[in-house]
Amino acid sequence: MTVLSDRQQLSYIAAQAADARLNVELETEGMTLNIGPQHPATHGTLRIIAHLDGEQVVWAEPSCGYMHRGYEKLTEVRTFPQVTTLINRIDWLGSFANEVPFILAAEKLMEIEAPPRAQYIRTILFELSRIANVSLFLGDLGVQMGAITPVFLAFRDREYVLNLIEGATGGRFHPNFDRIGGLKDDLPKGWIDETRQVMRKLRGFCDEIEDLLFGNEIFQSRMRGIGVIPADVAKSFGLSGANARASGIDWDLRRDQVLPMAWDKVDFKVWTHPDGDCFARCWIRLQETREATKIVDQLLDDLPPGPVMAKVPRIIKVPAGEAWVATENPLGEMGYYVVSKGDLGPFRVKIRSASFNNISVVPWVLKGVYVPDIITILASLYFILGDIDR
Amino acid sequence: MLGLAIEIPYWGQSLLRVLGGIVAVLLPAGTIVYLFLFKMMSFMQSRLGPMEAGPYGSMQLFAEVGKWLQKEDIAPEAADVRIFKMAPIIVLVSTFLLVAVVPFGPDAYFTNFEVGVFYALAVGSVSVIGILIAGWASANKYSLLGGLRAAGQLIAYELPMVLAVVGVVIQAGTMNLQGIVVAQNTGEIFGFAGIGFPFVITQFVGFIIFMIAVQAELTQAPFDMPIAESELVSGYMTEYSGFRFLMFFIGEFATAGVFAFIASVLFLGGWGIPFAWFGWEGLADVPNWMNVAGPLIMFAKMLLLTFIIMWVRFSYPRFREDQLQTFAWKILIPVSLLNIAVTAIIKVAV
Amino acid sequence: MPKVPGLIKGLGVTFGTLVRTAKEGANTVQYPHEKEAPPIRARGVIALREDNCTACMLCARSCPDWCIYIEGHKQLAPPRRAGGKPRQVNHLDRFDIDYALCMYCGICVEVCPFDALFWSPEYEYSEPRIADLLHDKDKLGEWMETVPEAPELEAGAEKKK
Repeated sequence: MTVLSDRQQLSYIAAQAADARLNVELETEGMTLNIGPQHPATHGTLRIIAHLDGEQVVWAEPSCGYMHRGYEKLTEVRTFPQVTTLINRIDWLGSFANEVPFILAAEKLMEIEAPPRAQYIRTILFELSRIANVSLFLGDLGVQMGAITPVFLAFRDREYVLNLIEGATGGRFHPNFDRIGGLKDDLPKGWIDETRQVMRKLRGFCDEIEDLLFGNEIFQSRMRGIGVIPADVAKSFGLSGANARASGIDWDLRRDQVLPMAWDKVDFKVWTHPDGDCFARCWIRLQETREATKIVDQLLDDLPPGPVMAKVPRIIKVPAGEAWVATENPLGEMGYYVVSKGDLGPFRVKIRSASFNNISVVPWVLKGVYVPDIITILASLYFILGDIDR
Repeated sequence: MLGLAIEIPYWGQSLLRVLGGIVAVLLPAGTIVYLFLFKMMSFMQSRLGPMEAGPYGSMQLFAEVGKWLQKEDIAPEAADVRIFKMAPIIVLVSTFLLVAVVPFGPDAYFTNFEVGVFYALAVGSVSVIGILIAGWASANKYSLLGGLRAAGQLIAYELPMVLAVVGVVIQAGTMNLQGIVVAQNTGEIFGFAGIGFPFVITQFVGFIIFMIAVQAELTQAPFDMPIAESELVSGYMTEYSGFRFLMFFIGEFATAGVFAFIASVLFLGGWGIPFAWFGWEGLADVPNWMNVAGPLIMFAKMLLLTFIIMWVRFSYPRFREDQLQTFAWKILIPVSLLNIAVTAIIKVAV
Repeated sequence: MPKVPGLIKGLGVTFGTLVRTAKEGANTVQYPHEKEAPPIRARGVIALREDNCTACMLCARSCPDWCIYIEGHKQLAPPRRAGGKPRQVNHLDRFDIDYALCMYCGICVEVCPFDALFWSPEYEYSEPRIADLLHDKDKLGEWMETVPEAPELEAGAEKKK
């Protein structure tokens, strides 16, 4: 240990004292606020470490992993048919949409394609799960903003969609309906008529939410101009889905890639918004819900007859190879990179879930905002904890 | 208190006042909670609300109170325990003090105070102290943020409230709440005395400002920044449980009731029915049965006003802290000052 | 038409819902008193037809979280025709499903080659003790009464063979 000379010690003490005085006079002491892991606004166990100066955020970082369930590893010890029961728990609100890209990847490896009727029904259920997911977002948005009524309206109308999914697949949240080569079963009788009615109800729900929330001046003043993410930042952080489209990036995997699904058979508008603020993100989602109801209606109109299952062997062995399939899930781009060695189960699965990339922008966008805006921005980025932590 | 035939000793009168005060605070609170918080909110969200306890869930409130009373009285380890325990009592006491000047009938009042308006507005802000120390003593960051927000908000909205009331005081020429009621019910509009002269007609701007300020004072959405359950968990109430939380809860809705009483006295004619209907000249002519009918009329008006307060609460998202302050200082206060100026000019000119 | 401010519209929506609920009733169901019927395909509980089961273990092996426990032994059954040789059959000793573990994925029902497992939409079998969620073969057999007929399929569907 080096011994400081008296002179050095004195100057050191003087410098420390000067620093301390400066801090007392000019700055207030910062405060570190842990938002989460148990907090009503993080709907799950996300933790945001925010360093505050007064009510202003100096620095913030999301800390995730509190709900890590290890799906990538779990899939390695399951057979291909068993994997779908696991992965529809990743984004638990739009669960059917999680199964589709994995099944498509497996089908790509096996070089089979589902029959057209199965493709149509898959797309319908995919869009239904999008509606179930996003309508809850629209309601939950109200709760985050302090309005309590929208969430109940959302649950009310989402219930119809869940009933439809349950009626067709047997599971409300975890359908497990997708099989390699097609679907488990065909639709039950009367389902199409019921779906049409529900789609009408949901368009009414969208109007209601628009009147109750989006038109509200308080809501707009909370949302507009807050948490602006420019297009280049959105691209560099890998945002996808509605978050990217709200920043003006015209990019939708439903339209921009060729998949054995039925999206190319219908015409729908991909909404974009130039602003990139919280309001734009929420507004895009509202419009997408409307579009989704229209897609479902169009697909129901020309549902082709035929089988729903291609010819596949009873015991599924996927040939060796690697495949990457991504789809436009309710939360954004979700993809599976499946590596098979020709066994009963996958050798390795890499899951690219949308929320994980979407919250990576949080430290950038939270810098300098106020505490109430943290909640607004997190709500508008819209993540599902299971989708972040997997 | 009551113009009873028999002479009541002083202790008896005091006892009656205390009992009357408890009824005047808790009955509106219970009614508001059941009618609006349980039932109206549920219906607005297409559900039925509590249905199990009693017919249509009418006993639910008692079940809730029973549940809260059973809970352990917990204070956080780092909290300033004595102050922590005192805070909800201060909040509730301010409500009781507030109801003391509200007249419910020609003789049915707790105290006939000459500067009643002044007293009511002064006592109404006592609860700020309770909330502030609740936020501070909880030793919780969320509580602290909530307490500070509450203090800032309540002080900011105190001012437009006072300024809105000044218009009424100018018009009535008295600060006595009883006097304001009489002035409204004996007045006439252009010689037509059919509906008396409730000040909501001439002081409509003041009424709107007053109701907005009341909404903010009660920390109801869209002004529920201090509680803000999605950001601050529960603001200054985060660490409270059991009967201390119950006190905050009762305080919130009882204050809503009492402020609605005061608003109906100031703007809607209070307990009175237009005196011209019965040919009464002044307060002295009002018969004794109005002491029973008066509170009922007040109660109805209170329900109407709290309905509006709650309706707004269930429909709107909340403001952000700085927007809330901007709204108070840059919009409400200038408008209410203008209102006072116009009222004063017209009062002098006419 | 002048634009209605959003604040007023919002109040209109909540009031409209209030009136609708008062007139047409709520969208919720008062659960213990009235119950909603789940769809026919709903995956509520798995029922077992014991006679069909051959203890082949396919279901137990395909279960993603291994919550089916099967034990069986081989035994001789009387011959089908008079004078024939006695048959060797698998007798089921134990068939337990642990509903505390079950994910309700339905793979076991699907893989069963002998039609011994069925889905029933029954859902009220919660237990105060978690160990009671282990249903043995008698209890699983009782669920057979609640198994509905498979629903008719929508127009354009191919008939099952």
